[in-house]
Parts: sequence; C-alpha cells; structure tokens
Amino acid sequence: MMLRRDYRRSIIFGTVAFAAVFLFMALAVAALLSFDAGASAAGIMDAYTLRILRFTLYQATLSTLLSIVLGLPVALALCRRREFPGRIWIVRLMAVPMGLPVIVGAFGIITIWGRQGVLNTALVFAGADEPFSIYGLSGILIAHVFFNLPLSVRLMLAGLERIPGEYWRMAASLGMGPVSIFRFIEWPAVARLVPGIAGLVFMLCASSFTLVLLLGGGPAATTLEVAIYQALRFDFDPQRAIALSVLQIALTAILLGLLAFLPSPEAEIPSLGRSLRRFDGKGIGARLWDGAAIVFAILLIGLPLVAIAVSGLSADLPRLLSAPIFLRAAATSLAIAALSAALVVFCCMAIIGARQAVGSRRQAGQPLRFLSAMLGAGSSLVLLVPPVVLGSGWFLLLRVFGNVSFYAPVLVALINMLMALPLAMRVLEPAFTSHFLRTGRLSASLGLQGLTRLWFADLPVLWRPLAMAFSFAMALSLGDLGAVALFGSENFVTLPWLVYSNMGSYRTNDAAGYAFLLGIVCLLLAAGGVSRQSQSARASI
Amino acid sequence: MQKAERLANPKNLIRFIPAEGLDGFKAGGYFPFCFEEIPVRRRLFLNSLVVASLFLPGLAAAQDKQELTVYTYESFVSEWGPGPKVKEAFEKVCGCTLNFVGVADGVALLNRLKLEGAGSKADVVVGLDTNLVAEAKQTGLFDVSGIDASAAKVPGGYRNDVFVPYDYGHFAVIYDTQTVKNPPTSLKDLVEGDPSQKIAIQDPRTSTPGLGLLLWVKSVYGDKAPEAWEKLRKRILTVTPGWSESYGLFTKGEVPMVLSYTTSPAYHMVSEKTDRYQAAAFSEGHYIQIEVSGLLKNAPHKELAKQFLAFTLTSGFQDAIPENNWMMPVAATSNPLPEAFSKLVVPQKTFLMDPEEVAKNRKAWIDEWLAAMSMN
Repeated sequence: MMLRRDYRRSIIFGTVAFAAVFLFMALAVAALLSFDAGASAAGIMDAYTLRILRFTLYQATLSTLLSIVLGLPVALALCRRREFPGRIWIVRLMAVPMGLPVIVGAFGIITIWGRQGVLNTALVFAGADEPFSIYGLSGILIAHVFFNLPLSVRLMLAGLERIPGEYWRMAASLGMGPVSIFRFIEWPAVARLVPGIAGLVFMLCASSFTLVLLLGGGPAATTLEVAIYQALRFDFDPQRAIALSVLQIALTAILLGLLAFLPSPEAEIPSLGRSLRRFDGKGIGARLWDGAAIVFAILLIGLPLVAIAVSGLSADLPRLLSAPIFLRAAATSLAIAALSAALVVFCCMAIIGARQAVGSRRQAGQPLRFLSAMLGAGSSLVLLVPPVVLGSGWFLLLRVFGNVSFYAPVLVALINMLMALPLAMRVLEPAFTSHFLRTGRLSASLGLQGLTRLWFADLPVLWRPLAMAFSFAMALSLGDLGAVALFGSENFVTLPWLVYSNMGSYRTNDAAGYAFLLGIVCLLLAAGGVSRQSQSARASI
Repeated sequence: MQKAERLANPKNLIRFIPAEGLDGFKAGGYFPFCFEEIPVRRRLFLNSLVVASLFLPGLAAAQDKQELTVYTYESFVSEWGPGPKVKEAFEKVCGCTLNFVGVADGVALLNRLKLEGAGSKADVVVGLDTNLVAEAKQTGLFDVSGIDASAAKVPGGYRNDVFVPYDYGHFAVIYDTQTVKNPPTSLKDLVEGDPSQKIAIQDPRTSTPGLGLLLWVKSVYGDKAPEAWEKLRKRILTVTPGWSESYGLFTKGEVPMVLSYTTSPAYHMVSEKTDRYQAAAFSEGHYIQIEVSGLLKNAPHKELAKQFLAFTLTSGFQDAIPENNWMMPVAATSNPLPEAFSKLVVPQKTFLMDPEEVAKNRKAWIDEWLAAMSMN
C-alpha cells in the first residue's frame, strides 16, 4: 500500500537516482571509446582471454561458495549466542577487512599463512618438514575468504536478527529441536538473502586483482581485471579495456540472472516487534558447535589483523600521527568517505523506494516491472565497471574545464560511491522491505507520506541498517586507492595513498604504521555502525 | 575546434586565479560542485571581477612569477623524494615557481600525457624510463631537448636528442645475507640453482622492473629464454603486480631474494644502518634502467623548460638523486657520494636493448613469458 503521491514521487526519485548513476558510467565509457589512442583494438576473444576468463570464474565461484558456506554457521552462532563475551566487538571487527587496502590485508594473511608465517613455523616445530605453501589457488581462496566472509556473516546476521521475536517464543513452546529451527526459521530467513550475498561476493572476487597476482604464485592465476588494467595502463588501448569490461559485466550478469532463479521463500509476515530473545541451543553440543564457529571466525579474521597491528606498532607512531601529511590525508580520506557514503545511502533509499512502489501495486504494468528489475540488477552490476575505466573517462571529460585535480576529490567520492552501491543495497533493501511490509499499510491508513513517514515511521526503525550501510560504505571508500592514483597531485593525499607511497619508497615501517592507523579508523567507524543497543533489544515499533 | 580551444583555453583561466587558489573558486560559485548559497550581490561582484580579469590576462600574468609545471611520478614529489630539494634549488636560480604534479608511476605518466594530448599544461616530464621512450616519442608530444646533454654519463652510453637522462640503476637480485649464504653469481646460477630457495619477481604486464627482468633474460639467453624461464619458474615464489609488493615480501622475510636495483642496499645501509640486504653481482652483466626527462612540444613556458632540462644535469638536481631517489646520478654531485654507494655492486657489463626493438617485440616476448610461466 502506498499513497498515490508517495507512489509517484518514489518512482521518480528512484529513476532519477538510477539514471544519474547510469549516466555517470555511460559518459565515462563514451569518452574513452571516442578517444583515439591509435592502438589497434585487436580481437579480445583469443586463447589468452579464454584462459583467464575460465580462471576468473573458477576462483570467484569457489571463493563465493567458501565465504557463504563457512559464513553461515558463524552468523547462526552469533545470532544465537547474544551473550557471547565480546560479541559486539567481534561483529565490529568484521567491518575492518573491508576498509583495509588489499595489500595490507594480504601482508597480514602472509604473516599468518605464509612460507615463514606463524602456521608454518608451528608446523615445522611440530615436526613437519615440508613447509605448507599458500601461493596458488589456496592463497587466493584464503585471502578472498578473509575479505568476504565478514561481509557475508554481517549480511546474514542482519537477516537473522530481523526474524520476529515471536518465532523464537513459538519455537520454544513447540519444543523444536535445532534441526527444525534451522529448517523452518533460520534457513528461510537466510535463503532469501543468499542469492544477493553470493552475487556480491562473486563480483568482488571476480574483479579481484592485486590479491590474485600476489598470492596466485604466477601468471597462471590471472583475472580479467588484470587484463583490463594491462590494456588500459600498459598498452593504452581503451577500446580493448572496454571490450573486456563489457565481457566481464555480461558474464556476471548471466550468473546473477541464474542466481535470481534460485527459489526464494515468501517474504516474512509482519510482527509485533517483540524483543529478540533466544530460548534454543541450551545443550552442551550446541554450545560447543557455536563456540567453535565463532572462534573459527575470530582466528580467521583476527589473526591477520593482529599481525597488521603488531607490525604497525613497531613503527614510530607518535611521529606518524603528528606529521602534517597524516592529518591532511586523514581529513581528505574521511571527507571523501563521508561524502560517498552519504551519496550511496541516499541513492539506495531512492532506488529501494521505487522498487517498493512498483511492488506495492498489484496492477503495475510490464514497463514498471521491467524498470524495477533494471533498478535491482543495475545497482549491482555497477561494481564491475573497473574504477580505472571510470577514472580515465572522467579525466578526459573534465580536462576541458581546466585543472582536473580540482575535481579529483569529488570524482573519487563518486567512483567510490558506485563501488559501495551494491553492498549498501544488500544491507538496506531487505531491511526496508521487511519494514515496509510491517508498517506500509498502517502508514498509508494514517495518511503518512513523504518526509513525515520517513521521520515518524521509517527512521526510528531503519536508522540501524542505515548506520550499518553508511559505515560499510565509508570503510570501503577509506581503503580504496583506486582512482586517486590517476589524479595524483601533491595536494591530494589519502590514507591508502600514504600506505602505498611509503611502501613504494622502501619505507615499509612507516607504511605498516599508516596501515595500522587506517585499521583503527575503520574499527571506530564500525563501532558507529553497530551500536551496543542492538545486542540487547530491538527498538519497538 | 581549434579556435574554440584557443578562446576557451583553460590555461588562461588557471594562470590568473591561483592568487586566491581554490577558495576563490568556491567563494565565487565557480567551483562546479559548490553547494554553498552565495548572496546575489556578492556573486555579481565576483562575476564582474572575473569578467574584468578576462580582459586583462596580460596584467594578471605580469603580477605573477612564471610557473613551470613538471609532471613526474609521485615518489619523486613525496616529502622524502628528490622533489622538494629540486624545487628549492631551481627556484633559487630561475626566479620562477616550480610546480610538480605527481602521478602513480612512469607508465601512468605517459598515459596522462596521452589523455591530455596537445592541451597538456605540462612543460617538462621527469620520470619516463628507457623502455617507455619509444612509445613516448611516437605520441609526437615531445620536442627535441635542444640542450647540451654531454655532461650526462651513463654506463653503456645513452644519447637521445629528445630525452635527457637524469639517473640510472641496474636491475639486480637483492638477497638477505641472514638466509642466503651462497648467493647466485650469475643469471645462469639463478636459473639453475636450488629451487627451494625462492625469489619474488614482478609481472612484466604491469610493472617496469618486471619488464626489465624479462629483457635481461632475453639479452642473456636470446632464443633460449623460454627454457630459462621454465627452469627459473620453480624458484619463483610469486609474481607481484608491482615492485612494492615483492619488496615488501622480501623485507618481511617471506622470501630471501627479490628483483630490485643494485642501489637498493644503499637505502638499508644509509637509512637503516644495516648491511643485511645485498645485491648479487651477476657475471653476465646487468640490465640497466635509465630515467629520462623530456620537453613538451606545446610547453607553455618553453625557455624556462629548457632551462630546467639543463638544470637536471647540474649538481643542484643531481645532489638530490642518490639519497632521495636511491638511484645513481648521471652527472657530478657537489659532494662525493655517501660511503654506502662505494660498496654497491658495479656491473662489469651493461645490457640495454634498443627501445624501438623493445616496443616492437614486447607483446610477443610477454606472450612467450606467459606460456613458459603458466605450464603445469
């Protein structure tokens, strides 16, 4: 149910937001395509492309499966064990890998899993003679799980926490066992989210670049993103770069399309919003299982983070902290991240609003249904447009207006916003949908609409997913070097840039120090994204 | 098109506005992403100022000192790089302002020039290397330097009427003396040595040192290069996208050898006071990387640009190279090099392929490398 004015406004806002996003990409691509680089756009479908294509899909599929399958027990355990010591900090920790520049995360992983890593040292100490090598597919998978398992856990956990409190009371009074609870309550709640999460993780892994090369052990492990980067940077062949990007987008679109066909159970029924209290899992076996799942996640994510912290603490932190360049970089990074996070949240709200509006009308026509599907699919696929393509395209467009470094901060914020859009959609859309199902009719009958509805009915409940989306988007943007490198100028310094540029000038110690500081900023942001309140009670409607 | 470009030449706009800098743009609402509300009266006033200054570009320019714009890579301009020292030294002699614009690396530098084309506001480019020279020349954006570059001394000799060398370094395998007791003494030794002693190298598809090693192996092995790579592959721990990642792996102790420069140990000796990391001297000789600067055909300040190019070969510029860029200077410095530099490996023979030949064969050689390295 939606009032007519709200209905029209939602559809218009959503379409405008989406059109802006689309135009932003299309203009960049058009500018690049029309640029005559003089290079011959040789055929892209050669044996080399086919081979890396196969590898890209293969490693991304495995990484996605692992991130979801290993993430599910962790999410279930974290939802059930609300009193687990330090639970809130475990949940917050999950946002940190997202905000780390990949190279920093990779070095943390190598400290634990590498040839000279903690694990191998322990194995050798225990009597093993052949060191275990992560370089190859296993390294790529470990790194992708490190970066993406936290994401899938957080998204599934959010889904589980939306299960109405009545369900758990009912389950307890019916005496349901763990298997029945999983089958009838938990799985239906998670299954609805799995296609979306899987699609997101798949895209992140498919477009992975540094991790694949660094941990892949050799050029046998190469993704399409490497070829795109090579085409645009080393060979300067924009046409080829765009052709490869289109190939990447098309293939992933097909896969996402297939995922959409997975059976998804009916949307949940409205609840009275009772506080979330769990009555199940009192047995010793269940306790051990949940404890093991949580400890597994802590070790997997925490150990590399500890390694990063340890090497960061050996740097001269007071000197780094007081250096003017650090303060400037931190201010720039935070400003860009906040801007892109705010944009992404507004954009998502507009798109979700339009999709809800279409969904609320039984008699919505074919064109509207198509629009809604477009909004859904399009807002995911933007992730696959390589930032280097967007950056170069906009560089070409803006150079007409003078010094491009003037626009660089805004441009970087916009590009980061696109990268965060699919993630924010995964956080917000399920929360908005269930909220709309619960309150839509009531709001309509009360004549609430527009800002009034937003203020009185939506924000009191939805501020939590909004804060989560905001902090995720900020973290993602904080850790991104991407487009900054292209616009380099001495006045535009960000935190990841500091890490990379110190690393590139032998100054590994300072780089480790800056990486540690960046991690701390992410953790603080995550603390803003998950409030302590969320673990005790749900706000009542 | 050309006429329109001349009329709306953004360079004219930029020259007179920096007096108030970016804030001037913001306050006037000319910054395109400005959301501030500006009172109409003030806006009118600012508009009239800008319009007035459009007619007085000569006056506005005369008030400012000449500004020389130099494009370079970012580690050159960072506070620990040679940039700040060079800026200070040059501004002392030229009576102008020297502005650096730093992009990621040499390759990005060339791409940026290609993207900007003839409209670039750059006067001089510092930081292309010998492997990029052929491609850079092909763009037609560069002019003959027109300066006497005979002061530049580079092993193996390097003469080019367009590009002026300013520093160089030989590629070398750097090893950790704590774990490697018998370092390889030749490329052959490296290729055929103990496969359990690992090395990290860079990818020639994405990094210049990676391409350097490819050319080094090609120079030594010729047609037998693929066989050499097949053998070397067993010793390679991983192939990283850039120099930073592999050097990071090396200093973390994850891998005992890495491909870098003969000058790398100087950093550790000077800044960290340790002899732990050393370069292995290879009996066949070492491949060289020469960094060059060039003058742009459409440089807005051509005379000043030429003056700067000549300046790169004087001690004012060369003094900043050894301990800031960690490369070898091509011309005399005012003081002798730090002691650490005298301990560095001096290659017996220097390899350098003709840039044209590299440009012609690069793709085929990389394909060859890919095939040899991807075999199971």
